[in-house]
Amino acid sequence: MTNLIVEISKYLMAVLFACYTYECFAVFRGRLNEEQKNRIFRRQTVFMYLIHLDAYLVIYAVTDNVMTIAFYVFQVIFMAVTISCYHLVYPGASRLLVNNMCMLLVTGFIMLTRLSFEKAVRQCLIALAAMVATLVIPFLIRRVHFVRRLTWLYAVAGIGTLLLVAAFGATSYGAKLSLSIAGISIQPSEFIKIIFVFFVAGMLYEKTDFRQVCITTVIAAVHVLILVASRDLGGALIFFVTYLLMLYVATRKIFYLAGGVLAGSIAAVVAYYLFAHVRVRVLAWSDPLGVIENEGFQISQSLFAIGTGGWFGMGLYQGMPEKIPVVEQDFMFSAISEEMGGIFALCLLMVCVSCFLMFLNVAMQMKEQFYKLVALGLGIVYGFQVFLTVGGVTKFIPSTGVTLPLVSYGGSSLLATMIVFAIIQGLYILRQDEGKSNGTKRTKRKKTGFDEKIEELS
Amino acid sequence: MKKLKSFPDKGKKAKKGKKNREFAVVTYSFLGAFLCLMGYFVYFQFVESEQFINSPYNKRQELFTRNVIRGEIYSADGVTLAETLVDEQGNETRSYPYGRIFSHVIGYSTRGRSGVEEMANFSLLRSNLFYVEKAVSQIKGEKSPGDSVTTTLDYDVQLCAFDALGRYDGAVVVMEPKTGKILAMVSKPDFDPNTIASDWDEIVGEEGESSALLNRATQGLYPPGSTFKIFTTLAYIRQNSDYEDYSYQCTGKFTHENKTIHCHGNKRHGTQTLKEAFANSCNSAYASLGLELDIAEFGEMCDGLLFNTGLPTTFESSKSSFVLSEEDLASAVMETSIGQGKTLVTPLHMALITSAIANDGVLMTPYVIDHTTDNEGNPVEQYEPKEYQTLFTAEEAAILKEYMQAVVEEGTASKLSNDVYDVYGKTGSAEFSSSSDSSHSWFVGYAHQEGREDIAVAVIVEDSGVGSEYAVPIAREIFDEYYIGEE
Repeated sequence: MTNLIVEISKYLMAVLFACYTYECFAVFRGRLNEEQKNRIFRRQTVFMYLIHLDAYLVIYAVTDNVMTIAFYVFQVIFMAVTISCYHLVYPGASRLLVNNMCMLLVTGFIMLTRLSFEKAVRQCLIALAAMVATLVIPFLIRRVHFVRRLTWLYAVAGIGTLLLVAAFGATSYGAKLSLSIAGISIQPSEFIKIIFVFFVAGMLYEKTDFRQVCITTVIAAVHVLILVASRDLGGALIFFVTYLLMLYVATRKIFYLAGGVLAGSIAAVVAYYLFAHVRVRVLAWSDPLGVIENEGFQISQSLFAIGTGGWFGMGLYQGMPEKIPVVEQDFMFSAISEEMGGIFALCLLMVCVSCFLMFLNVAMQMKEQFYKLVALGLGIVYGFQVFLTVGGVTKFIPSTGVTLPLVSYGGSSLLATMIVFAIIQGLYILRQDEGKSNGTKRTKRKKTGFDEKIEELS
Repeated sequence: MKKLKSFPDKGKKAKKGKKNREFAVVTYSFLGAFLCLMGYFVYFQFVESEQFINSPYNKRQELFTRNVIRGEIYSADGVTLAETLVDEQGNETRSYPYGRIFSHVIGYSTRGRSGVEEMANFSLLRSNLFYVEKAVSQIKGEKSPGDSVTTTLDYDVQLCAFDALGRYDGAVVVMEPKTGKILAMVSKPDFDPNTIASDWDEIVGEEGESSALLNRATQGLYPPGSTFKIFTTLAYIRQNSDYEDYSYQCTGKFTHENKTIHCHGNKRHGTQTLKEAFANSCNSAYASLGLELDIAEFGEMCDGLLFNTGLPTTFESSKSSFVLSEEDLASAVMETSIGQGKTLVTPLHMALITSAIANDGVLMTPYVIDHTTDNEGNPVEQYEPKEYQTLFTAEEAAILKEYMQAVVEEGTASKLSNDVYDVYGKTGSAEFSSSSDSSHSWFVGYAHQEGREDIAVAVIVEDSGVGSEYAVPIAREIFDEYYIGEE
């Protein structure tokens, strides 16, 4: 009987998630009225609950642990409250983003429960706390306008904290990432990414003359260099790319982008020859099976997992995701691909892409340059992180050891990502206020910006 | 760009579009990168994943045994060499009907894996039923049958080689030079794959001193003895265009710098051309000839002939070694030239060299898995012969053939001379211990019969005696079996 549930469920979940993902992009197509869109979002919610129910049915069937049912009920309430809270408190919020956030969280909960029940519970509690804490952010975005004037505070806080981590941080897998405060280990760089985006936006939203660009670049370079010194390559790369693209968009000069790419390429080559750990990553990427005993072990295990899982996966509890080192953090995508299947994993990636598009869409819709840059920066941070982690675990690019936002285990990453989502929601709502103050805007284009985006991009 | 609708504020819209151009660039760059990533993921799942699933390091292969009954392994002539029997309670037993005869080459899968069981593990555990069928049987809790693997092994030749080697330790490799097909591979001491799991401790021995699990055909490292004269001869030919004028006066021994090399039984061969020295395996001539060689070039040549490198095979194999350098003493040069010294070879390596000579210098990649089929007999994968490398020029191959023919017609392997097929080869007696007189007996060579495929063999009989006495008769039995058969 258990076998039956596991087998049917893996196909069912793949189909349900494919339907969910289809709806993510279906809202992009054509001109849909308010009611049609709401129907799509309601359908998405139903798909999400069905996947969730199915997954926990399997989990209970296999583990026979009553606690999993209690945990499941708790999560359902959590999701229902989250969705309705956003609906009630912020009727103007993007329902697609809320849905996607919940979907990603739920996927993470499912896989974490399968890997380690305690970690899943911990993750869920952190998510709950983060949800409560971040619910106020959209409100603050509308009211608090001095955020753009705290530019130097961001720089000092960012660099200061990074230095603190570099000096006193705990080393894990060769990189100094976390600080222990009162027994709780936090990864400050997750939050500094957000502060950094605000800093760059604050520096460049009014003036983009050469002097201003130079000062900003120096401060940004300090961030990146501290991270390189802490051996946090993924982090350094995210900061670098985020800054470069924000600079390009703010100055509208392709010259800066080209120069930055060139400098980045040179830096990458220098880093390759200078740092052994960079060479190790590249070696593991180019021939993982050749160096499987040491350098290539992790990535090979990840590829074994993805490959053996195939398109429909082995089924929950039927694979060996625990064979991959640090699977709950850096290799969640591989674990999901192994047990829930390649189709499910691909859909997961597309949901992330859908979030990214939403972020960039908000950036384009905003009128104030500061907010445009903030939304852009956060979108790049999010999108690039997804790209690095999924690309890394599938051997598309050398692995950099970053987490999959909202899905991977880890409180700091989770809280930081939820802050990012909340900020974007705030900006999304703010954009509609801007629209209203113009007075002439068509009401039917209020809810989502997709249709407008179509016009601009197609 | 497509204009979707015209709005009253079209002008403003266009301006805004322009204002957002950089945003669009960023968005599309990311979208492009994500599309590449997804494309790669699809490519990985369809194409590249097989290499990873198939890796012996992939512990997940064990998981397939839950849903799939391990497939059968057949010889080229359709004899079942391994199958999984399922009793009424659903217990599975891996059975090897011919037990020890195929022990190393087919291998085992009940305690770790080796041989074909290891190489074809993924195929044997993969069911090529249609997705829906597979899903249905999985849901019903039934196991699907795995694919079957047909090898290139010839049952009769394998049996003959196994019997011919008899009670001796050693190895035999038989292959088809034109294709690279391995027809037989025997290694002794052997083990019974049917009972390996329960016999494990006994087979491995308390301190792992027993080497029954070692496939000597691919992993055994032996001094090549006089079979190495193939290499020394080639080096001399490459370095001296007037090799045909070579002449040596053999007095039964050769002394240089206080080192004396004896011919077998101190036999005086008299005046020897290069070809005669090769046919008679004249040690004195080769020891003196070796001193004339450019050692660096000799080393490079050997490196080009698969020494000090992995062999092109999926069997677990050892690297043959040739370590002579210009700094070495003359005595080392002399010993190396006649196949003693520090040189070590695997039987498979010698079989490959012989095959390349038979195939006009071109080495085909050796293979043992011919094709796989699903449970209804439909082909799944077919292995095609592949050229690995050209080791010799056609001229060099022709000269070596001529020399190897002389070995059979007038030299040390005259026992192989017959009317039915032609044999080309080289014998060898490798001394492996300075304290004992006994030696390993070698024969490498190939046979040719009009209208039939050539076959190449490498035979090593450990601790027996001279090549012509022990290894040559084994080769004869194999050639007779292949070309004449039972009649």
